Amino acid sequence: MPATDDAFVRFSKVQKSYDGETLVVKDLNLDIAKGEFLTMLGPSGSGKTTCLMMLAGFEPATNGEIYLGDMSINNVPPHKRGIGMVFQNYALFPHMTVAENLAFPLQVRKVAKAEVETKVQRALDMVELGDFGSRRPAQLSGGQQQRVAVARALVFEPDLVLMDEPLGALDKQLREQMQYEIKHIHENLGVTIVYVTHDQTEALTMSDRVAVFNDGVIQQLSSPDHLYEDPQNSFVAQFIGENNKLNGEVIEISNDVCTVKITDGTILRADKMNVDAVGDGTTISLRPERVELDPAVEMDNMLEGKIEELIYLGDHIRVRMNVAGNSGFIAKVRNRGDRRIFAEGEVAKLGWSASDCKALDLVS
Amino acid sequence: MSEATSNGPVLTQDGVPLKTSLAKALRREKLRAFLLIAPLLVFILITFVLPIGDMLWRSVENGIVRDTIPHTIESLADWDPASGETPGEATFAALHVDLLEATKEKTHTRLGSRLNYEISGASSMFRKTGRRVKKMKDENFKEQFIKVDKKWGDIEYWRTIKQFGPRYTGGYFLNALDAESTAGGVSFKPEDERIYLFLFQRTIFLSVSIMLSCLLLGYPIAFLLANLPVKTSNILMILVLLPFWTSLLVRTSAWKVLLQQQGVINDILVWVGLVNDAGRLVMINNQTGTIIAMTHILLPFMILPLFSVMKTISPTYVRAAKSMGANDWTAFWRVYFPQTIPGIGAGSILAFILSIGFYITPELVGGTSGIFISNRIAYHISSSLNWGLAAALGVMLLVMVIALFYVYDKIVGIDNVKLG
Ligand SMILES: Nc1ncnc2c1ncn2[C@@H]1O[C@H](COP(=O)(O)OP(=O)(O)OP(=O)(O)O)[C@@H](O)[C@H]1O
Ligand SMILES: [Mg+2]
Repeated sequence: MPATDDAFVRFSKVQKSYDGETLVVKDLNLDIAKGEFLTMLGPSGSGKTTCLMMLAGFEPATNGEIYLGDMSINNVPPHKRGIGMVFQNYALFPHMTVAENLAFPLQVRKVAKAEVETKVQRALDMVELGDFGSRRPAQLSGGQQQRVAVARALVFEPDLVLMDEPLGALDKQLREQMQYEIKHIHENLGVTIVYVTHDQTEALTMSDRVAVFNDGVIQQLSSPDHLYEDPQNSFVAQFIGENNKLNGEVIEISNDVCTVKITDGTILRADKMNVDAVGDGTTISLRPERVELDPAVEMDNMLEGKIEELIYLGDHIRVRMNVAGNSGFIAKVRNRGDRRIFAEGEVAKLGWSASDCKALDLVS
Repeated sequence: MSEATSNGPVLTQDGVPLKTSLAKALRREKLRAFLLIAPLLVFILITFVLPIGDMLWRSVENGIVRDTIPHTIESLADWDPASGETPGEATFAALHVDLLEATKEKTHTRLGSRLNYEISGASSMFRKTGRRVKKMKDENFKEQFIKVDKKWGDIEYWRTIKQFGPRYTGGYFLNALDAESTAGGVSFKPEDERIYLFLFQRTIFLSVSIMLSCLLLGYPIAFLLANLPVKTSNILMILVLLPFWTSLLVRTSAWKVLLQQQGVINDILVWVGLVNDAGRLVMINNQTGTIIAMTHILLPFMILPLFSVMKTISPTYVRAAKSMGANDWTAFWRVYFPQTIPGIGAGSILAFILSIGFYITPELVGGTSGIFISNRIAYHISSSLNWGLAAALGVMLLVMVIALFYVYDKIVGIDNVKLG
């Protein structure tokens, strides 16, 4: 079965079980285009690393096929797959210098000595570590080690590079800088990158597409903006970004909009995303920044809520309210000069449009 | 107040120089630390430093000749053995005085056995003379002595007495090096009398063989231990440690049962038909026996350091190597193996040093061709009672180990040794 033209990597009906009893990866179908930056995002234990290991060849797939190019690689040993890999703890060889580390993949490919040297130097320059070739990994800072690991995965010019939480061990500032650098390298070299993280900001800022994993299943595969704007189920809505939940029951469906009666009896209108029929239970998902406090105009959904807490965050104010019996309801109010000042304990009007809230599957 | 601008010593609030004050504070801490380690220090001093010091001293100490026959030694001072003549009457007179005193204290026999290490016949010479010396007349001592034992007329005996007259001697070391001091200076003993150098050589050769076979057998086991799932590796670990729970003597004897010509292994080989009954293999009371039994005994000392080093090597290194295109062998040889070198170093040193001083097992299964220098040392300590020679051999063993350590340090680097 040849892959379609634009699929460079293809998982076809892949399943994986370690113990023969539970499936860690359940029926994975995933096409990755050439040159794409695809991120696997999901909570701990959701099977991201397992997928990566199957692709790299360190774990056999229990069932299904994995294609690279248009060749099935199920029976190709890891060292013949030509896939670069960056490990979470970098796995730089401690007994070799940085330059030797980088030369290693070239040497095992029997590249000529002079060529090895120029390529190693070029790779070091790429990650701005040109003068560090003779150091041992232990003599580098965490960020520098990370860059060496990236350079080593790229130095033999693989078409596909896998990165398993490569920035997990770095502090926030360094992480953001490295995110930018990896993204930059991706754009310059045009390699295909499959990236694993459980940091959603990282996933959203770096990727062309994000595959959200949970429980061995891809919950949603789409571009970052779609993931945020149009979550296809409650898991994705809650996993990505901040989110208000309102539980209720569907009482009417017309085209793409449905009417929902939430637990305290309030009637709301919401985008129909993941509900099937009238009478179904549903959880409405609403982003805090889409809530309009004290709206100037009439909106699709108009409610009242008591302000319980105000948290001043500079550019915006977080307002925690009790809305429709739900005391954890959050609204984000932009800090504009002409805003009227709210007070704790005050009962305020709030509203949002139907297209900003999504009726999804019920979660308790 | 100490101003930053002043050039004088910095003072504390109380006006004491800061350096003095700091030294005082540190001294208190050092004293406390010292008190904490004091018991251990005393223990090591008594059980380690003193015995070694005693051994070093014994290997050169030689007071017995001078203490037993002081006048003789004195009168020998201006006798030249190269002259080819035995000492004169005066010396024999002095010897008479000395021996009269010595027989009273019964120390002359001890002197005899001491000199017997250097030249055979000395023991009987002194014993015989000791019995007669009281009855000797007060004239013509030389004649009388030679009549009692004609060895007194042999210049070699006198040379030996003069040579070992000084309080300190290198004679034990000469002996330990299979050398002797003759009229023509220091030279090696005749080929057929040499024994210690050959034994040293064999000790090193066997120890290296044992170390290598430990490494060869231990490396894969340590690898398994470090990489198997915990449940399986625990069982394996118990198997590795099992020998520690059995007496060394029992294990060695077990090898006797297994390896002897009428033993289990030979029986099985004959039964299978690999060897015929007449051609039963000789696997014990020779070097093979020593190597097999000692490898078995020292194996855990190789496995444990290797294991503890391998345990710390993350499997991602090998994975990383493979993802970069290395096949199994390259990944092992260039990435895994170099990281285990500290463990190999530690295990090898441990196995080598333990085996170089081993003594029970070679004694039991080594026969004559598989014994070590330490067996010889034990013999001199408990049977021949030549402690000086035993000490000299011990010192040489010690020096040899230190020298090997030095070489190892130069080649591999001692900081490249890791026990975990
Ligand atoms: N070698 C293994 N043997 C048995 N079970 C395993 C093995 N590796 C992973 N698992 C199980 O498979 C599941 C998925 O693991 P995986 O490592 O793929 O998660 P992950 O998404 O990478 O998590 P994380 O974000 O914490 O790295 C987990 O439940 C884990 O316990
Ligand atoms: Mg993982």
